[in-house]
Amino acid sequence: MKIIVDRERCVGAGQCVLAAPAVFEQNREDGLVELLRPEPAQDLHEAVTEAELICPSGAIELHS
Amino acid sequence: MNSLDEIVVVGAGAAGATTAETLRRQGYEGRLTLVGAEPHPPYDRPPLSKQILSGRWEPDRIRLRGPEVYDRLGIDVRLGTAASRLDPAGRAVELADGGRLHADAVVIATGVRPRTLPGTEGVAGVHVLRTLDDALALREALGEGRRLVVAGAGLLGTEAAVAARGLGADVTLVGSEPVPLLDLLGPPAAGLVAAVHRELGLRFRRGRVSGVVSAGGAATGVLLADGTHLPADVVLVAMGSLTNTEWLAGSGVRVGDGVVCDELGAARPGVWAAGDLANKPDPRTGRRRRWEHRTQATEQAVAVARNLLAGPGARPVAPLPYFWTDQHDLRIQVFGEIAGTDRWHIVEGSPAERRFTAVHCVEDRVRGAVAVNLPRSAQQLRPLVENEARWTGLPTEAPAG
Repeated sequence: MKIIVDRERCVGAGQCVLAAPAVFEQNREDGLVELLRPEPAQDLHEAVTEAELICPSGAIELHS
Repeated sequence: MNSLDEIVVVGAGAAGATTAETLRRQGYEGRLTLVGAEPHPPYDRPPLSKQILSGRWEPDRIRLRGPEVYDRLGIDVRLGTAASRLDPAGRAVELADGGRLHADAVVIATGVRPRTLPGTEGVAGVHVLRTLDDALALREALGEGRRLVVAGAGLLGTEAAVAARGLGADVTLVGSEPVPLLDLLGPPAAGLVAAVHRELGLRFRRGRVSGVVSAGGAATGVLLADGTHLPADVVLVAMGSLTNTEWLAGSGVRVGDGVVCDELGAARPGVWAAGDLANKPDPRTGRRRRWEHRTQATEQAVAVARNLLAGPGARPVAPLPYFWTDQHDLRIQVFGEIAGTDRWHIVEGSPAERRFTAVHCVEDRVRGAVAVNLPRSAQQLRPLVENEARWTGLPTEAPAG
């Protein structure tokens, strides 16, 4: 799994950080998404999929 | 559980689209149809009153997913087709174009539409803002020197007013509160928003719009309940919404303020609801209500899709209330509910710096939190709201040694 985030679409809701804190982080300054692990291990895939689904701005894209 | 081979999701906004997507990702392999009244593929609404109205973004940027995603997931997306009737047995959805879709389960996500002012149908210059087409039409009508009156100073009205100022329009915002957004944001954040509005040259007028004045079929002004006349070339009616539930008449689905559901999101066996029109018991207050927040739409959709497939393993749907608003250079985020709280405490920063967080309490219990231009700190306050923590003041430094 490969993750792409769009910081221009991100609204800083922080939903992804709640769903998958090992993968997503909020930038200290603007609060927008930062990707900690662009290619997360298998055991994180479910949490990452959840993050993609609940992102309110569609800023997370997953590629298999 | 009965066999589940055909699911119809009615409404192709964020709630409907996310429900359909989640059903597939949860392993549902049967027929899946997503029905949308608008001609556009599922898109995101919050940018309509922000980036789309201001012209910063082109419409294709707000698509929720690329068109290939629905194909890949095997979701039959029927656009430009409103549902006209739900069969009383809940086993079929009839479409306005005459089609009929059999369904073992139906998800109702037809959302809301703007309330309008009586007598303004067909009057040129009177706008609402709910759909992409609405936003583009309003943008087209605005421009340098155009006089806009925004009736209603909630989130939509204020955001649209700010965007219209950016387009050079002469804007008057009319609302019932002493300052806009006081109930939603609380005094410190609402006060800051009012200051930013003044700097932008946005006029605020306390009152209630009772009607539109027109000449030759075009708006020339609005009338307030106190008799004041405000001249206008363009009027935006942003006075709340009505739920799209008419098509459910005679279906046996209970309609009150929206679709009356249980805590799992079920309206009746085999019929579910998600998003703006889902009226559910709120476990925090015990009261029923709807939420028109963007994050509720997706969180409810994910939960309802899971519950629909889970049978007895279903779990209550109760996301923590959350919304954000952009007011020029302020990014404001709110967790929980500020309305009804009786005191507040600044936690970090200050309104003067235009960066702060505050908790809003009922007595010493935290019921809501607001963050202005401090999105990371907002996340740290979230658990306080979630647990209705007792506010005991700012942590003091531990004594040295």
